[in-house]
Amino acid sequence: MKFSSFILVEAIRADLKAEDKRGVVEEMVGALVKAAGVKAEEQEGIVQAVMKREELGSTGIGRGVAVPHTKHASVNRLIGTVGISRDGVDFNSLDGEKVQIFFLLVSPPDRPGDHLRALENISRQLRDDTFCRFLKEAKSVEDIKQLLDEADSNQG
Amino acid sequence: MVDMISRKEVRVANPCGLHIRPAYLFARLAARYEASIEIIKDGQSVNGKSVLEILMLAATRDTVLTIVARGRDAEQAVESLAPVIERETPPEEDLSLAEGSRTV
Repeated sequence: MKFSSFILVEAIRADLKAEDKRGVVEEMVGALVKAAGVKAEEQEGIVQAVMKREELGSTGIGRGVAVPHTKHASVNRLIGTVGISRDGVDFNSLDGEKVQIFFLLVSPPDRPGDHLRALENISRQLRDDTFCRFLKEAKSVEDIKQLLDEADSNQG
Repeated sequence: MVDMISRKEVRVANPCGLHIRPAYLFARLAARYEASIEIIKDGQSVNGKSVLEILMLAATRDTVLTIVARGRDAEQAVESLAPVIERETPPEEDLSLAEGSRTV
């Protein structure tokens, strides 16, 4: 599943301000609201659901990357956004490393396949050291969008 | 010492497929063994000790995977790893993780 089919460009954040896990989740869900991906009244519920999921085990999957996510009935298709933290945030990652690259995903409750395909795309691209490094060094939303577009076009 | 090779075909039972939590459980358990662990899906082979690589399989429910272990403890590794994929709720000493796979 290509990035362009689930990442809302208007919700991408090149410089996350938050310094802890909850802060990052709030900032990114807030970005989805501003991009009209989710309704404002659903914001708190989605943040809570994502945090509850994190309690079951961190979604920090290594290499400075985390994929906080939840299912939520308020969306009718998988949507997501990307956030980069300059200094990194402690996310209780599996490898203990701070997280700089975040992919936040919200999917409809009945579409586990889409969620898996998005994870597949994210994990495949992240194996590429250059992609990871460029993402961490991205200065603007435009930089990030370009990296995602390139990854999409390499996917063919 | 001659390296042992052990392999087993397994079917993904988790309704949500091999998503982050089962992938993490698998990789964490795999890391306890000396043997190298591979997971193969339709000819695509990934390192079973890496969460990122396991996620690349995008293995949905009912996908058939082959676990291949190579090393002194290959047989024990395959025996303990197969249930993580074959059971709807992955076996795990950490109760919170096991509970999560039922609710999400």
